[in-house]
Amino acid sequence: MSLIRGSRDRAVSGDAAAGEAVVVERGGRPARYTAIGGVVLVAVLAYLPYVLVTGVTQTMVVFYYLAAMALMWNLLAGYAGLVSVGQQAYVGLGAYAVLQLSNWGVQPFLGIWLAGLVCAAIALPTSFAAFRLRADYFAVGTWAIAEVYHLLTIQDNSLGGGSGSALTTLSGITPTLRDALTYWSALGVAVCCALGCFLLLRGRTGLALTAIRDDETAAGSSGVRVGPAKRTVYLAAAAGCGAAGGLVIVSQLNVAPDSAYSVQWSAYMIFMVLLGGIGTLEGPIIGAALFTIVQQYFSADGAWYLIGLGATCVPAAIWLPRGLWGLVEHHTPLRIFPLGRRVRAR
Amino acid sequence: MSTLLQIEGLTVRHGQLVALRDVSLTVDPGQVVAVIGANGAGKSTLLETVAGLLPAERGRVLLYGGKDVDGTDVTRLPAHRRLRAGIALVPEGRRLFPSLTVRENLLTGQYRKRPGPWDLPAAFELFPWLPERANQRASALSGGEQQAVALARALLGNPRVLLLDELSLGLAPVVIAAVYRTLPRIVAQGTAVLLVEQDVSLALRSADHVHCLLEGRIQLSGAPAALTAEEIEAAYFGVLRGAS
Amino acid sequence: MIWVDAILQGVLAGGLYALFACGLSLMFGVMRIVNLAHGDFAVLAAFLAYSLISTTGVNLLWAAVLTVPVFAVFGYLVQRGLLNRAMNGGALPPLLATFGLSVLIQNSLLQGYTADSRALSPGRIGTASLQISSQISLSYLELLILGLAVLVLGGLEFYLSRGRTGRMLRAASDDPQAAGLVGGDPRHLYGIATALAFGTLALAGLLFAARSSVSPSSGPSELLFGFEAVVIGGLGSLWGTLLGGIALGVAQNVAGQANPAYTLLAGHLLFLLVLILRPEGLLPRRRLA
Repeated sequence: MSLIRGSRDRAVSGDAAAGEAVVVERGGRPARYTAIGGVVLVAVLAYLPYVLVTGVTQTMVVFYYLAAMALMWNLLAGYAGLVSVGQQAYVGLGAYAVLQLSNWGVQPFLGIWLAGLVCAAIALPTSFAAFRLRADYFAVGTWAIAEVYHLLTIQDNSLGGGSGSALTTLSGITPTLRDALTYWSALGVAVCCALGCFLLLRGRTGLALTAIRDDETAAGSSGVRVGPAKRTVYLAAAAGCGAAGGLVIVSQLNVAPDSAYSVQWSAYMIFMVLLGGIGTLEGPIIGAALFTIVQQYFSADGAWYLIGLGATCVPAAIWLPRGLWGLVEHHTPLRIFPLGRRVRAR
Repeated sequence: MSTLLQIEGLTVRHGQLVALRDVSLTVDPGQVVAVIGANGAGKSTLLETVAGLLPAERGRVLLYGGKDVDGTDVTRLPAHRRLRAGIALVPEGRRLFPSLTVRENLLTGQYRKRPGPWDLPAAFELFPWLPERANQRASALSGGEQQAVALARALLGNPRVLLLDELSLGLAPVVIAAVYRTLPRIVAQGTAVLLVEQDVSLALRSADHVHCLLEGRIQLSGAPAALTAEEIEAAYFGVLRGAS
Repeated sequence: MIWVDAILQGVLAGGLYALFACGLSLMFGVMRIVNLAHGDFAVLAAFLAYSLISTTGVNLLWAAVLTVPVFAVFGYLVQRGLLNRAMNGGALPPLLATFGLSVLIQNSLLQGYTADSRALSPGRIGTASLQISSQISLSYLELLILGLAVLVLGGLEFYLSRGRTGRMLRAASDDPQAAGLVGGDPRHLYGIATALAFGTLALAGLLFAARSSVSPSSGPSELLFGFEAVVIGGLGSLWGTLLGGIALGVAQNVAGQANPAYTLLAGHLLFLLVLILRPEGLLPRRRLA
């Protein structure tokens, strides 16, 4: 009937018109600013060991590895929907990997990166056990898995057993150089984590994750390979936390199982991501910065700052579910990491 | 007053969409009132609002026959209190409790029951096949059987107004007929029935009074005998005929 | 013979795990909430009872009679005041809120009581034991704990399957909106579920402190054991939780008999083994009761 034919004609010409009138883009000008700004920022940060006091750069090392951990936890929970209370498994495994590798003669600063790979390798078989848990029980299940690695590590006396061990292979280097190398390694790991997350989420995996996050069953029946997508994220998060664990041992120069595998790491990750903003890339970084500052200024007061954090966590979970960056995103068009697509009229 | 349920100027939103616009109707004791309309016309929204599952933006829902001669305004009453007030909904899709047995599902209907003639023996009499399925899980029943259990569950609360949302959905014609045959026995006790139905001829056969909804507004009202097929078609589909 | 003893000790230990776990099972079964502060609340109950006993001099029984109902009421308030609201935001907020509570409680206890562990004196029953053979003796306290666990779990199972409100709890767990249509207020029903969970965890906490000792940081490990007992036994089944607790206790004790260092590891490995080979648990059922 004439009505239908007419609309088809309109659609055909409409397409051509649409092609001229509207443009769908990834980032456009703001993304270019971010990229340039990012490179400048990293360059500035890399220069800092030459100008700042050791105390400050050491604090920044803490910020870098906390940011890496926060980004990884956010990748798992905010994008893949896998709420883990067991990432400390990989922090501990990463730290001990660096220790073991240095016992075998590998330079610890290289060991940090290898530790990431080792953790990803261990995460692969682990994921088959972990993914058999229902979503709600995944959290505590990952914790149990972390405890298994914790207890197994204690069994190994060559790594110091229950009382831990010191990283001695760095004692030959002068402290200033060692601190600078630690700083650059930490900056490198943090930048890699941020970039890695960004590239992963911009690519097909990111699209798959968004689909899974919205409706897992529908995504699966649309052809999204749910299992591999989640597994990729799990492995990436393990690698990131492993490298962060390597940074912990290199910056502290010793490691003990109870602290390396402590569930406190998960507590920190959850705080940082929750307060900063879950499901965004800017949020974990902001949360890590805030947490580092709070930790530096208040840890002298003992458990009080943790009480305060716990007390903040509760209302934040209910009333500020998108975190601080979520507030910014809601009220402003500001986006630092261009992950969405925008439609712009020419 | 012989009215039991009065809906006055009800306006309901679903987010930005106005689902019901200024809808008014009444239901008398022992009366069967049907609301028909195409998909998205607002039929289920109407019942859900009367049952308290959705908030009304404007308008009132009044129940008569209680202590208050001017009628009790239940518009703001939370859903779980409406059964006590006398309103029971048999929701779209039955919504039995799948992990409970048939008997247990029926017993939940008595959780906040009002005094009245409906009890387990009466329910078993209404659907004679119930007792032998009583200990099976509700999820094991067929659609028609589940519909019957859902209906009985609502009745066991002894409501004054029974809301039926798309009873026929997903059921075979034979089954639908069997379920609708129970209606006269229900209203014989003085219960009022407000039902929503996709199947227009079924609604016309079962109801004393019919309203046709289109895009949230009542387009047409009347007794089935008094309405012509053309009028109903026009109201149902909203076909423009001159000024409308 | 020592192996028989190890198994029996494990069964007794399992009773306490099961008692810890049933609150977790209840809250998850009815509301899909994993209470990450479960163990910490139990430790809190133990410490409050400790303060009660040391200031007033009452014995453990009276402390329990007071603490358990108070905690049940506390649980109702926590659910209605906090967790109901958290549940509106989906699955994540309750998890994160309870995690915050966990940290809050642990560190508050640390500030208030220092990191030292405390024990509650159970009186004469603590040292008496039943001599079965020359090598096997069963502590009366542990037998009492197992008996209480069976009683509590059995009672809850009965309440859920026969009781009017128990039925509504199961209904609300299936479909909270439909429960509202039959007159059940889901918010109130959830409050009752949490009240029951908190009552049992208070009892478990007190008994744990009576049997060994508790410190402010004991919570997380108890949470882990409780959770493992639930999974091993089968989600949604209270009798399964008892079985799971016993299985966990036996695994730990038998392994510990071979080498004390393997005690905890054996429990975690059993948990992971069940996860891999039979994820639905030993006595699986889709829902509670």
